[in-house]
Amino acid sequence: MEIKAGQRLACPTGATEIVVVRPPSSEVELTCAGAAVVDPGTDRTDTAVASEDDMVLVGKRYTDEESGLEVLCSKPGPGPLAADGRLLTIKGAKPLPSSD
Amino acid sequence: MNLGLLLEMVASSFPDRPAVAGGDVALTYDQLHRRAQACAERLVQGGFDSLVYCGPNDVTFPIALFGAAAAGVEFIPLNYRLADEQLHPLVEAHPGALVVAASPPVPGADPERTIDRRELLAEPEPTSAEEIELPPFVDPEDVAVVLYTSGTSGRPKAAWLRHRHLTAYVLGTVEFANADDDQAALVTVPPYHIAGLANLLSNVYAARRIVYLDAFEAEVWLDTARSQAVTQAMVVPTMLARVVAHLDGEPADLPALRTLSYGGSRMPLPVLERALELFGDTGFVNAYGLTETSSTIALLGPDDHAAARAGDPVARQRLGSVGKLLPGIEVEVRGPDDEMLAPSEPGLIFLRGEQVSGEYAGGSVLDEQGWFPTKDRGWVDADGYLFIEGRADDTIIRGGENIAPAEIEDVLARHPAVADVVVVGVPDDEWGQRIAAVVVLAPGVATTAEELQDYTRQHLRGSKTPDLVVFRAELPRTPTGKLLRREVLADLAG
Repeated sequence: MEIKAGQRLACPTGATEIVVVRPPSSEVELTCAGAAVVDPGTDRTDTAVASEDDMVLVGKRYTDEESGLEVLCSKPGPGPLAADGRLLTIKGAKPLPSSD
Repeated sequence: MNLGLLLEMVASSFPDRPAVAGGDVALTYDQLHRRAQACAERLVQGGFDSLVYCGPNDVTFPIALFGAAAAGVEFIPLNYRLADEQLHPLVEAHPGALVVAASPPVPGADPERTIDRRELLAEPEPTSAEEIELPPFVDPEDVAVVLYTSGTSGRPKAAWLRHRHLTAYVLGTVEFANADDDQAALVTVPPYHIAGLANLLSNVYAARRIVYLDAFEAEVWLDTARSQAVTQAMVVPTMLARVVAHLDGEPADLPALRTLSYGGSRMPLPVLERALELFGDTGFVNAYGLTETSSTIALLGPDDHAAARAGDPVARQRLGSVGKLLPGIEVEVRGPDDEMLAPSEPGLIFLRGEQVSGEYAGGSVLDEQGWFPTKDRGWVDADGYLFIEGRADDTIIRGGENIAPAEIEDVLARHPAVADVVVVGVPDDEWGQRIAAVVVLAPGVATTAEELQDYTRQHLRGSKTPDLVVFRAELPRTPTGKLLRREVLADLAG
């Protein structure tokens, strides 16, 4: 599936939802909890189970260094997220003093 | 990423947390989100291609902004206090808009397409049988917000900020829901100013409670900050000057206030130094940015201010800077021939980064490498602190408001007693700059400073009335007739 910036994607077997911040430089297979991600509007199940470490956390950004893919989790749920089998990693946040 | 998602994420994670309060209206994040969705449905159903917001900074502002974002249409906040003749062309430029107004009718707007902003506050109807489909995908490339800036020409320019610019700023600077539930931000900057917009987005994404105060008065601001246990506040230098004057040496007594940020124009050092004394343990933040850069690109943080407060000489000098660049922002300081300058050499400031738009209704001003010419002059010291001297062009920044001298000159030039006129900004501790008009009288005609001030006030709003009018026999001009504004300024200073 082609992945474009701003696109919403979901885990087919769990509540997890993500938004694409930066698309990959070339096509990758993006999976969540082992299954290819789908459009959030499609019929989904609630069968995935994940350890605490594999949960996808709301508000965190996940990246795949190799393809440049970056996504933001908009609804938490089971993971992990992977691109062509490579696990996505949480992007380090740089919180600043509130300027506005 | 699009702006609508920022609110959606907070509303689904913290539905019952207080979101916004203004006047006698207060909404939770869920209530705000549902009203924004209802606003979006109204926009989609009516086939509107944009939303023009002519109202104050209160609860209807976020409803309208996030409603427009969810509907995938442009949000255009305008200064509803503009004179009719100025507001008219701005409104008319957006004929497909739904106009949300503080007090209809709005000059230039079709009454059929105008609603009273209070309509947006109503509890949304439970979803009807024929549900209105909102667009499932809002392209990050779409223009999210159009902000009118006042440029040197005097005619407002429509700056475009796309969803990707604004979300890059928010994601790059704010950790999702990082505010504790006792945090509250006090907002006094208007919705048509980039600071008001960026402020809203940052506070929402942090899941912070926002308290709006429409008209600024030092005493009301202090009382509200105290009674609402405000933890974060943002002011323009003029507001801080008024607060400091009001305190008259007494401590501010705002124990809850963790951060006070300021920006919008140059902060006079005497005001800042007095404020640092009076605000006890509050952390100060100086934020520098422009409309075209999706607000803040550099920050001088609480630690730098605290070091200056403690008397560190280097830190005291850096109090005159705007601090360090945000992550992901690059700066170049260039000389008159576009050459790169060494550290600490002053020149023209160019910026680059994902949040930098540099785009107007008429096209982009970014160069091929993506650099945005700020037209500000300044330098970067050896440790990366950015110092801003002022605008390279002649825009007057009075109390955070950008004023094009040409606009005032055009009015004064129409007065029968005026043969020639130039308007410049002179440094001022309270306002950052004050407006000075230098006038050459027409032969055989007399007038007074007061008369010319009254005359300007009749044609432009009060903040554009010259604070000072002086008379000269002639104005310094080049052989080609170009005004030498620097010589005018030197004359006024001398």
